[in-house]
Amino acid sequence: MNKVQNNRAWWLILPMLLLVAFSAIIPLMTVVNYSVQDVFDANTRFFTGTEWFKEMLNDPALQAAVLRQFAFSLTVLAIEVPLGIGIALIMPKRGWQASAVLILVTMPLLIPWNVVGSIWQIFTRGDIGLMGWSLRELGYGYNITASPVDAWATIILMDVWHWTPLIALLCYSGLRSIPDAYYQAARIDRASQWAVFRHIQLPKLTNVLVIGVLLRFMHSFMIYAEPFVLTGGGPGSSTTFLSQSLTTMAIGQQDLGPSAAFSLIYFLIILLVSWVFYTAIMNMQKDKKQEGA
Amino acid sequence: MSLILEDLHRVVGGETYIEGISLELEPGSFNVLLGRTLSGKTSLMRLMAGLDSPTQGRVIMHGRDVTGVSVRKRNVSMVYQQFINYPGLTVYDNIASPLKLAKVSCGEIDRRVREIAEMLHIDPFLDRLPLELSGGQQQRTAMGRALVKDADIVLFDEPLVNLDYKLREEFREELRAVFSERNCIAVYATTEPAEALALGGNTAVLHEGRLLQYGRTEEVYHRPRDILSAEMFSEPPINILRGIISGSEVTFDSRLHFPIKEDLRSLPPGEYRFGVRASHISLSPRAEDDIAVQMSVDLAEISGSETFLHVHNELFHLAVHLAGVHDFKVGAPVTLYFPTHKIYAFDRHGAVVHIPTHLGGL
Repeated sequence: MNKVQNNRAWWLILPMLLLVAFSAIIPLMTVVNYSVQDVFDANTRFFTGTEWFKEMLNDPALQAAVLRQFAFSLTVLAIEVPLGIGIALIMPKRGWQASAVLILVTMPLLIPWNVVGSIWQIFTRGDIGLMGWSLRELGYGYNITASPVDAWATIILMDVWHWTPLIALLCYSGLRSIPDAYYQAARIDRASQWAVFRHIQLPKLTNVLVIGVLLRFMHSFMIYAEPFVLTGGGPGSSTTFLSQSLTTMAIGQQDLGPSAAFSLIYFLIILLVSWVFYTAIMNMQKDKKQEGA
Repeated sequence: MSLILEDLHRVVGGETYIEGISLELEPGSFNVLLGRTLSGKTSLMRLMAGLDSPTQGRVIMHGRDVTGVSVRKRNVSMVYQQFINYPGLTVYDNIASPLKLAKVSCGEIDRRVREIAEMLHIDPFLDRLPLELSGGQQQRTAMGRALVKDADIVLFDEPLVNLDYKLREEFREELRAVFSERNCIAVYATTEPAEALALGGNTAVLHEGRLLQYGRTEEVYHRPRDILSAEMFSEPPINILRGIISGSEVTFDSRLHFPIKEDLRSLPPGEYRFGVRASHISLSPRAEDDIAVQMSVDLAEISGSETFLHVHNELFHLAVHLAGVHDFKVGAPVTLYFPTHKIYAFDRHGAVVHIPTHLGGL
């Protein structure tokens, strides 16, 4: 067969290239540009090489923020994933109850991040907040501005409240796509509730869970508005997560060079973790298949 | 181990799914439930299995009333239209799962799983996951799960619908072979008359939640009790023509006359509805008393090596089932031959009053 080569087809990808250039590559390159220079004003700049990167990687405050960030992300994932699956399992399957519960569960997802922070800020106040006041009345000296433990617990609780519905919704849709015949077959086999979960529901949920965990990891790793509004990163720096450190550095102190270097490190961490996670899951599935082959 | 259904009714939210079905299935029998979609096949199977309980009536198994007993306490198995297997378990573990739950010893499990897998030709795939297999192999795995546990009743809910023609033929033969050696009750739901005939055994014809007729498959096919049963058990449906017997003549729609045959002579004069099977009409006379009719072609469908013809003249429409591939132009005239000695007669209420004696093949 004779193939006609028509290189004009390359023009078709031009709009895409332009779009990606302006939306991703050029902004990213600007950051790269800043990260290797010390810029004083439009005409005064010095090339610094990897100096900012070295400084950032060795900064104990930032190292602490990275650890804090990982601790936070892993904690909320560990709570939200099982809890979300659990909620999806007990949500009604049909009828008006299903719609009602669905709307109720979705509600937190519709609230803007900084509003969530404000809601919880008021909720946890000792004088007028329902939770803060109740805990104090019960005899627990609850105070998120003084106790790091209280602050952490509250931020985690807030994130769980805000984002568990996402996992629950994903799982709910995954569960709904399982044909009824599977459950019938399991009943005929006399399989237990646990066996139904382990051998039918969980395998059928794997795909939505991969998406859910990836989304939640990236989301939680970039968390900013909620803790900023709720605790402002305190008490001390106990709830200062990476985005907030970065914002303080870039906007507050105008340290453009170090914060550019730090942004790139931050970006690479998210990319790396997501990639590792995704590859690990995909390999697990491949292994399963190869075991069988 | 017999299964007796006594006057079963099932009504859900004011909608009747099953209306007064009584049926007695013998141990070791192969039973086909034949009916169109929504005729109640699946509902009836669910009642037999104990997945649902009837609104009224009783299910008696082996002399014991099991009407309200849950499926978990009965010994049944079921194969579905979709290929239902545990997605995370290998074929081996899938087939073994009912035995594991029944706490059978490991050696016994291994022996039985391998035996069943060999019988169903899936022994090379025992270590694979179901989703890595072809549709046919997945369905074989599901059948393996159903057959491995020596259930009292094995239910098949249109298991071959999603498989291709060749596989279906293969499966049907194997199924019959498998069940000829077993003493359980097999129940097989299908929408296709041809599949019921190919499977043999007994057939129950269902329509709108009611049982029209039950008996040996050929018997039900050749001796329909009424028009509905004849229509349900023929594809394309049997041709029904209004006609009058008067004196020594039969008249179809007051135009087409032919001398009455000996076997129809016993019928008193009057109005009848006559049934002629699509496959009994032919392009050339098969007997000297066949009568020729001029028709014109509405539609000709070729399916495999058969031709389905829809024709009409000013009096009536006919569906014709011809062997072999024939090429017809739409609107073309065609001469067809009616076998006057293969005509069913039904009375005004639809009950059969005459069954032709020389039916020959199907």
